[in-house]
Amino acid sequence: MRIFVCIKQVPDTETRIKLTGDSQGIETNGIKWVINPYDEFAIEEAIRFKEANKEAQITAITVGPKGRVNNALLTAMAMGADDSIIVNTEAQLDALTTAKALAAAIKAEGGHDLLYAGKLAIDGNLSAVPLMLAELLEIPHASVVGSTEYQDGQVIATREVEGGTKETFQLKMPAMITANKGLNKPRFASLPGIMKAKKKPIKEVSLSDLGIDESASKVKFTNYELPAERSEVKMIEGDVDAQVNELVRLLQEEAKVL
Amino acid sequence: MKKALIFVEAKDGKLKKGSLEALSLVQSGGFETVACALGTGADQLSGELSKWGVTKLYHCSDAKTDSFNPEIYQAVLQEAISKEQPSVMIASSNSHARDIFPRLAAKNDMAYMSDLTDVNLEQDLFKRPMYAGKCNAHVSFLGDSAKIILLRPNQIAVVDATGSSSVEAIAVALPETSGANETTAVEAGQSEKLDLTEADKIVSGGRGLKEAENFKLLEELAAPMNATVGAYRAVVDLGWVPHSLQVGQTGKTVAPSLYIAAGISGAIQHLAGMSGSKNIVAINKDDKAPIFQKSTYGIVGDLFEVVPKLTEKLKSTL
Repeated sequence: MRIFVCIKQVPDTETRIKLTGDSQGIETNGIKWVINPYDEFAIEEAIRFKEANKEAQITAITVGPKGRVNNALLTAMAMGADDSIIVNTEAQLDALTTAKALAAAIKAEGGHDLLYAGKLAIDGNLSAVPLMLAELLEIPHASVVGSTEYQDGQVIATREVEGGTKETFQLKMPAMITANKGLNKPRFASLPGIMKAKKKPIKEVSLSDLGIDESASKVKFTNYELPAERSEVKMIEGDVDAQVNELVRLLQEEAKVL
Repeated sequence: MKKALIFVEAKDGKLKKGSLEALSLVQSGGFETVACALGTGADQLSGELSKWGVTKLYHCSDAKTDSFNPEIYQAVLQEAISKEQPSVMIASSNSHARDIFPRLAAKNDMAYMSDLTDVNLEQDLFKRPMYAGKCNAHVSFLGDSAKIILLRPNQIAVVDATGSSSVEAIAVALPETSGANETTAVEAGQSEKLDLTEADKIVSGGRGLKEAENFKLLEELAAPMNATVGAYRAVVDLGWVPHSLQVGQTGKTVAPSLYIAAGISGAIQHLAGMSGSKNIVAINKDDKAPIFQKSTYGIVGDLFEVVPKLTEKLKSTL
């Protein structure tokens, strides 16, 4: 059994975003990089699967600049992944090119039974790469999954969509599952886990090894803008009755939302 | 002529707002517009689509498509793509679209972008939030690949439909499936409320509510305005409400016309998820709470006094 967990390193949620001088990107100096929070549920899910299926091998895989994303892989291995693959590139790839690189790297490993990823990365909020990867590997997927059961080479995956509707899918492995918060409770990397991770193998491949053209992206983000500053808040004074009456008046007459 | 393919969704024979937003985008710019719809009644949408100048409707109205299945939905849309070779495909950015369109983009080697908030196809202008709204970016499509764009709900203005095209209805047979992905259950939600991402008004609570039980106060406040209830991460982590209610960078990014934050101090990751709201009302007993700096209107006060009084006032006014 071979399991791949796709991870992405993103700025910590507490990051205050600043733009570069030319507004073509964000200022990365001083950013604390972490594993995308949803990917932690994906890693935990893989580890729990392995706990029930001892022969499984978990490989964490990512695309990005080695000097930076190495840490994310070490964390995944400290939690319990067995080894890692890094597609080392400084290039800004679009979702489809990233998925093509991942697909090529995973195919080169010879086999895959289960793939996990977070439901989205909190930087671009695209939620596209894992599903594109599933398509390129020609395997079924369930996205934004909140609970799973495994039986006889099948995954029963349930997710919640708009309006609280629950959808359940029965997937034949190999399959891709993208994890929502609540799928499980990710463990913290233990100290012995962190020591062990340092000895686990990280395989490095380049885009050219994989036959991927780094300039193949079809989409690029340009001209970043910070949100417009809001006009100053209008504080509503008085006793509670006066405050409430004034608020409702403003919402009706000024904001015109009621 | 440039061709647009719109994934349209309907309920009780009426096109959903997200689909009207998608159709609105191609009313100018000289597009030939074709549509694709699934589910019982999909074959009855020609009349509605005629007003939007749609020339062809690919539909699969087999009752089996009333339940969402990614493989079937993808196959039906693929049929329309293969026959029509559109230069742009547009859909509303909801759970189902986000589930199938990335696969279609990979299958057809198309450019893909979701959550667009600002689109002008004639001027090639595309904008979307990044980092859950901490900043926005323009999207440049490179080369001349066909593209798939998903629109964030409630951001694109719906224009008047003034067309009266003749719509050729093309039935797509229920696709054969591999059996690798079967939908085994769909359990309709209890909630009649709109999802947070689609809601026009949201009432959201944080730690200031003190305990899970007190979320009732927000539900009561939401009722007269037909608002949807949301929450700050800390109270989701405490298990007071499910994650589906979480607003913020690790929850939902929302941009309603009214967002009322009660007992939420305003952590960066929460502000990221809601600062796109048109009007923000903060109710907090701490006049130094950062939420006030992002708000349109602020009330310094005890939410346990303010919220019930506001509920009463709304009940008597609306």
